[in-house]
Amino acid sequence: MDILEYLRAFITGGTICVIGQILIDKTKLTSARILVLFVVSGCILGGLGIYKYIYDFGGAGATVPLTGFGYLLSKGVIEEVDKVGFLGAFTGGLKSAAGGVTIAVVFSLLAALIFKPKDKN
Amino acid sequence: METTEKKKKEYQQAVKVLSPNSHIIKNCIWAFFSGGTICLIGHILRRIFESLNYSEDKTALLVNLILIASSALLTGLGLYSKMGKKCGAGTVVPITGFANSMVSPSIEYKTQGFILGLGAKMFTVAGPVLVYGITTSVIVGIIHYFIMG
Repeated sequence: MDILEYLRAFITGGTICVIGQILIDKTKLTSARILVLFVVSGCILGGLGIYKYIYDFGGAGATVPLTGFGYLLSKGVIEEVDKVGFLGAFTGGLKSAAGGVTIAVVFSLLAALIFKPKDKN
Repeated sequence: METTEKKKKEYQQAVKVLSPNSHIIKNCIWAFFSGGTICLIGHILRRIFESLNYSEDKTALLVNLILIASSALLTGLGLYSKMGKKCGAGTVVPITGFANSMVSPSIEYKTQGFILGLGAKMFTVAGPVLVYGITTSVIVGIIHYFIMG
């Protein structure tokens, strides 16, 4: 058990969030735009083979932020293209993200059935 | 109308000039520690599932499952938005923030019906994320095909 490994995850994740915070404070980007930007950036960095180094360094610090979701899409699509060829470009991304998206949808629905809307005071 | 717009702009300009940079630094520190903590929890979970001999893919999925479920629970209890006020991007950028962006409108808009309320509003933020994420992945895939194929 390497304590440094956990520290690296903490620092990597924290740094990615700070980038988001600077974008929120310095520009007028809404959180929706930040999330889109992060997924697209993660996917491009994954495609260029750069995000893999961030992943190797930070572990979950690289996969838990939404850039990691983008990286997952790029990783899935590249593996699928290598396996089945051109058409893999249309299936690989969503295939790799299927679990995460499905979990998010199901839990959103469940939460909406269980909880009542809160008054915004 | 125009004058109010103008005044609003002037006010925003004034706020921008007067707000001390320390405000941003404070926000960044909160974002760093909260975001880092969520990722650290993710990493601890990952190591636990790995030590139970789950494959890499299954481990990633289980970590996401726990983080998303926790986020859904905290959002439902109204705690996630309270955390968000202090932590800012630290609670927006991680996958828990993505889950929050789906759970929160689902709960809020279910009174407008299950189809166009809950079902549609769930994707207010997640929809664009998927549209541009998936499209980018297709482009990455096609480029990879022509370069490596």
